[in-house]
Amino acid sequence: MLRFEPRKNRSKFLEISAPIIAVIMTMIFGGLLFYLMGKNPFEAIKLIFWDPVMSPTFAEYSRPQLVVKAAPLILIALGLSFGFRANIWNIGAEGQYIMGALASGSIGLALYPLQAWYIFPLMIIGGILGGLIWAMIPAILKIKFNTNEILVSLMLVYVAEQILALASVGFLRNPEGLGFPGSRDLSKYSSAANPELISGTGIHLGVISAFLGVILLTYFLSYHRTGFHIKLIGQAPRAANFAGVDLRYIIIFCLGLSGGLAGVAGMFELTGPAGLINIDFNVGYGFTAIIVAFLGRLNPVGILLAGLLMSLTYVGGELAQFMMNIPAAAIQVFQGMLLFFLLSTDLLVTYKISVKTPIRK
Amino acid sequence: MKLLRVSLLVLSSLMISCFAFAADMKVGFIYIGPPGDHGWNYQHDVGRKSVDEAFGGKVETVFQENVPESADSERVMTQMALSGVDMIFATSFGYMDPVLNVAKKFPNVKFEHATGYKTADNVSTYSARFYEGRSVIGHVAGKMTKSNTIGYVASFPIPEVVRGINSAYLAAKAANPNVEFKIIWIFTWYDPAKEADAAKTLIQQGADVIMQHVDSSAIMTVAEEAGVYAFGQASDMSAFGPSAHLTAIINGWGPYYVKRVQQAMDGTWKGGEQTFDGIGAGMVVIGDMSDKIPDSVKKEAQAIADGIASGKLHSFTGPVNKQDGSAWLAAGETADIGTLLGMNFYVEGIEGDIPQ
Repeated sequence: MLRFEPRKNRSKFLEISAPIIAVIMTMIFGGLLFYLMGKNPFEAIKLIFWDPVMSPTFAEYSRPQLVVKAAPLILIALGLSFGFRANIWNIGAEGQYIMGALASGSIGLALYPLQAWYIFPLMIIGGILGGLIWAMIPAILKIKFNTNEILVSLMLVYVAEQILALASVGFLRNPEGLGFPGSRDLSKYSSAANPELISGTGIHLGVISAFLGVILLTYFLSYHRTGFHIKLIGQAPRAANFAGVDLRYIIIFCLGLSGGLAGVAGMFELTGPAGLINIDFNVGYGFTAIIVAFLGRLNPVGILLAGLLMSLTYVGGELAQFMMNIPAAAIQVFQGMLLFFLLSTDLLVTYKISVKTPIRK
Repeated sequence: MKLLRVSLLVLSSLMISCFAFAADMKVGFIYIGPPGDHGWNYQHDVGRKSVDEAFGGKVETVFQENVPESADSERVMTQMALSGVDMIFATSFGYMDPVLNVAKKFPNVKFEHATGYKTADNVSTYSARFYEGRSVIGHVAGKMTKSNTIGYVASFPIPEVVRGINSAYLAAKAANPNVEFKIIWIFTWYDPAKEADAAKTLIQQGADVIMQHVDSSAIMTVAEEAGVYAFGQASDMSAFGPSAHLTAIINGWGPYYVKRVQQAMDGTWKGGEQTFDGIGAGMVVIGDMSDKIPDSVKKEAQAIADGIASGKLHSFTGPVNKQDGSAWLAAGETADIGTLLGMNFYVEGIEGDIPQ
């Protein structure tokens, strides 16, 4: 019989090399998959991992795209990781992301075509509040009625999607859009736009916020009392209880933080890369961020790296799709392999497998 | 069977990669969903394959599936252009602004955008007069309904969909003055579960013929189970409802794709053009008619299709009033293209409101 036993002495070397081993394993098994499909495995893996960063044809464009795609993932995952540490499961970041974008978009569109410096900051506040208020629904329901925040936050994603559809064909629709769904393009409305700050780098305010977020939250987790309480609840809930940690406050804090960050991620995406509110505005960042949070081991710096890695597999995966006619489903399998190997090597670092024959009495 | 398909796929991709060296031109396609949807994307992929066939090794085609209508589509098209693609067909409405952004950065790449309305020096648009097909199936629906209630599952209240409803209604009403339309809006193009729910609701409300302006084959399956009729959308869906399937409106993109690629090779391709073709040009094709349809009705339907194709008939011919009773088209007058492209009202006789 196989058993997992916690390792008493964790090897620092293994901890660092685990992700590298996982990536190599993915390359081997993913390569095998591509080979079985009749594709050149070396070319496919080069397209996914190497070309977006180094190829002379694509890198100049793809490198900035990596940070653009990673920014919302990192922002959302940072917020989620706090709750996950304290066993508070916000699964509805996708909905908070939508509501943040809708709230900030409504402010921007209401003020159009006024040009003023305060519009963009107002929209940031709107984005934070939009996501935060949406996340307060599961928080308050949990505190008052002990409902399950997983279900409530997830269900609210679908509600948010309906409101998004309503906004796109109704109250936020571009009056000059001939009746087609979709709002005005906010990225072309200079007071509301979130443009690339340094040409050719892809860095916009959302990317900067994501990096700032990593630094601030690392500090917060290590030195602030609430950060300590969150860690404590996750590791020793009974001890936290005895220490007088107010769980209600932690629930409000964690859901509020993740909702606010998801909302502001939606705001930056709306005013920058996406440009306009439309029915298909959300593309699953809120769900992918859950994976990013765990991939980064709920650690802010880890999340930064995990976000960049996820984004690399997306951008590189797209290259592999149309350059080699590899179907999208095979790329998803490849991404799945990467996650599987990362999590399983992680497990083997923390636990050791021992074979024991069960003793019968 | 699966193995056969996989090995065929492998073989064909090997062949494509062999041709890659000889190709004079590379054409990219981006799809909103998977080509296996038996609907919208499937038909675009059929069109892509006819480009492959028409030019042999001279043209290489590449495609990307499941591209969201967001910043992602801009990245996919940019990467395609960087990889040396000469022409890109963007096959969904929501790619409109991304197409224009990418086109600005790559003035030498030719862009073709389906169903949009914005063009540029290197961007042309194309769309089909699906409403012409709806006149034909509207007539069939009007003749086939026993309960005089026709259900209509609609996606988004955009001009294209409203146009289809009006066209189908006018034809059904002409075929059967007692006919009534029940319309459900589901705010998605592709969601089999929602589509099926809407169809069930319509059947409960007495509809015995269902029309759809959404992409999946779920409605056909529901119709088959409930013993009512339905029509294939975008492609022939008789496999999903052999006895429910009356006929289909099939999107025929192939001839247009071949023509535009040929023009690009000859140097006669132009940006800024807006193609809006119908049954006449083969962009809208009426599928095989079911044996359930009486011969007389088949003939009438064929006559409508032929009349529209030759230009003798028009789906919107007066006298037609708007829903509120105000006059729209005088007797003998036909609708102008501007009104059709921006259509945001029901014609007289349809109940309910267009969601705003």
